[in-house]
Amino acid sequence: MNYRAIRAIYLFEMARTWRTLLQSIVSPVVSTSLYFVVFGAAIGSRITEVEGVSYGTFIVPGLVMLSVLTQSIANASFGIYFPKFAGTIYEILSAPISYLEIVIGYVGAAATKSIILGLIILATAGLFVPLHINHPVWMLTFLVLTAVTFSLFGFIIGIWADGFEKLQMIPMLVVTPLTFLGGSFYSVNMLPSGWRTITLFNPVVYLISGFRWSFFEIADVSVAVSLGMTVGFLVVCMFIVAWIFRTGYRLKN
Amino acid sequence: MSPIISVSNLSKTYGSGFKALNNINLGINRGEIFALLGPNGAGKTTLISIICGIANPSQGSISIGGHDIIKDYRAARSMIGLVPQELHTDAFESVWATVSFSRGLFGKPKNPAHIEKVLKDLSLWDKKDNKIITLSGGMKRRVMIAKALSHEPQILFLDEPTAGVDVELRKGMWEVVRTLQASGVTIILTTHYIEEAEEMADRIGVINKGEIILIEDKATLMQKLGKKHLTLQLQHKLDAIPEALAAYKLELSGDGRVVTYDYDTKGDRTGITSLLNDLRNAGIRISDLDTTQSSLEDIFVSLVRAP
Repeated sequence: MNYRAIRAIYLFEMARTWRTLLQSIVSPVVSTSLYFVVFGAAIGSRITEVEGVSYGTFIVPGLVMLSVLTQSIANASFGIYFPKFAGTIYEILSAPISYLEIVIGYVGAAATKSIILGLIILATAGLFVPLHINHPVWMLTFLVLTAVTFSLFGFIIGIWADGFEKLQMIPMLVVTPLTFLGGSFYSVNMLPSGWRTITLFNPVVYLISGFRWSFFEIADVSVAVSLGMTVGFLVVCMFIVAWIFRTGYRLKN
Repeated sequence: MSPIISVSNLSKTYGSGFKALNNINLGINRGEIFALLGPNGAGKTTLISIICGIANPSQGSISIGGHDIIKDYRAARSMIGLVPQELHTDAFESVWATVSFSRGLFGKPKNPAHIEKVLKDLSLWDKKDNKIITLSGGMKRRVMIAKALSHEPQILFLDEPTAGVDVELRKGMWEVVRTLQASGVTIILTTHYIEEAEEMADRIGVINKGEIILIEDKATLMQKLGKKHLTLQLQHKLDAIPEALAAYKLELSGDGRVVTYDYDTKGDRTGITSLLNDLRNAGIRISDLDTTQSSLEDIFVSLVRAP
């Protein structure tokens, strides 16, 4: 294992975060606070409670997940796309490092960033609404799993993309709608049964449900299913990344 | 002595069907400066990219210091420093950070003293804290060389290193290259400044349309293909070359005042003495004479143009 190379990539990527602190950390926190104001205060005053939890508190796990998902994808896809765009990828490809080490460096940094961000947003939420986390370990497990999985997913998008439009396309057209329709702001049980069935095809439902369970012990689907689906998606992403490096897809041809 | 780089039967066909390299065989000796010459699109950069691990080969094998570049890529790549043709650098990093990053990427422990030496050798020391985006093109080029040297490679690839670099800087760069060679580093460079290859290289390879068409010691190459021209200025205008001198295949200039004679330096007899004798016998008087040797550029052009 070339630990120094992993460290170099990881620190390089983290340095980018600190350099762009405003857009990396501050802007997601501001936009999440806006969600609290709009959904928590304005709409929350009419809904009051969902399954025994006040609405403002209920949406916290969903909001954290929303940020973690989008930021993981954004960080990781940009992190690998930019060297491709700027040409500096030559150095990564010519260095004595394995594919696994490259992925650990980039995905590790992207996931670290979104985990830090998720925790900051959680802390911010604590300023607006009372929070109680029933299963902190499970909460962290879901957070880390999701951050890693979607950073891997972002890494794949970054390699696939051959222009800035494509880099934006998947997050905007696929991930954001899935997250909004995945029960960030409501319980899936609140939907009519037909819609509920359709919603169960949305993978984000399982992430948010599991994450919310770790807070309130209420879930749309069982925790085991949530965990299984998250790990399943992680494995799928790993296989795709392995395939990318084995064939040199969009990197070496 | 076995070569430090050995390329066997290497071919590369791109996805589009374009065959960039066709059955390349090449050995680079330890410690030499090898110049790879070829017109644009000949396959120079593709060849370097494959050796360095940036592109996949379609066929054939390459070993670096006895390590296969695929099976034993860590050992092989550790030996190589690459300076690509394009100026690919990070924009917002400092010079120091980006050069240190390269060393880390190659798995070497931190060594500020070495980085300092490299930056000083390349006259970048006073720019070490500057962001790369603020540097001129020539400085960026040197930053890329510094990155390649940061991990103390045994082999250095310089792909068109002096493109877009002014004359003074270019001389400084060759100074660095010579020092590196003296310290035992093997250097492979591509250039289209042929006089550079002529001045710098120990051996020269010519690549055209994806095939190596010639590999030769520079001196041998110059001698083998180096024709000399004898130019004679005549005192009096000549209308035609006399019959008696036909055997020399002389060429007469349009104004009838200059005669040129091609001869081969490797031949036993150049024919110069007898030519001068025969000219005198024919009553042709000479006011001046001059000899020139064909440059590598002439050799190169004649090789690449050959069908």
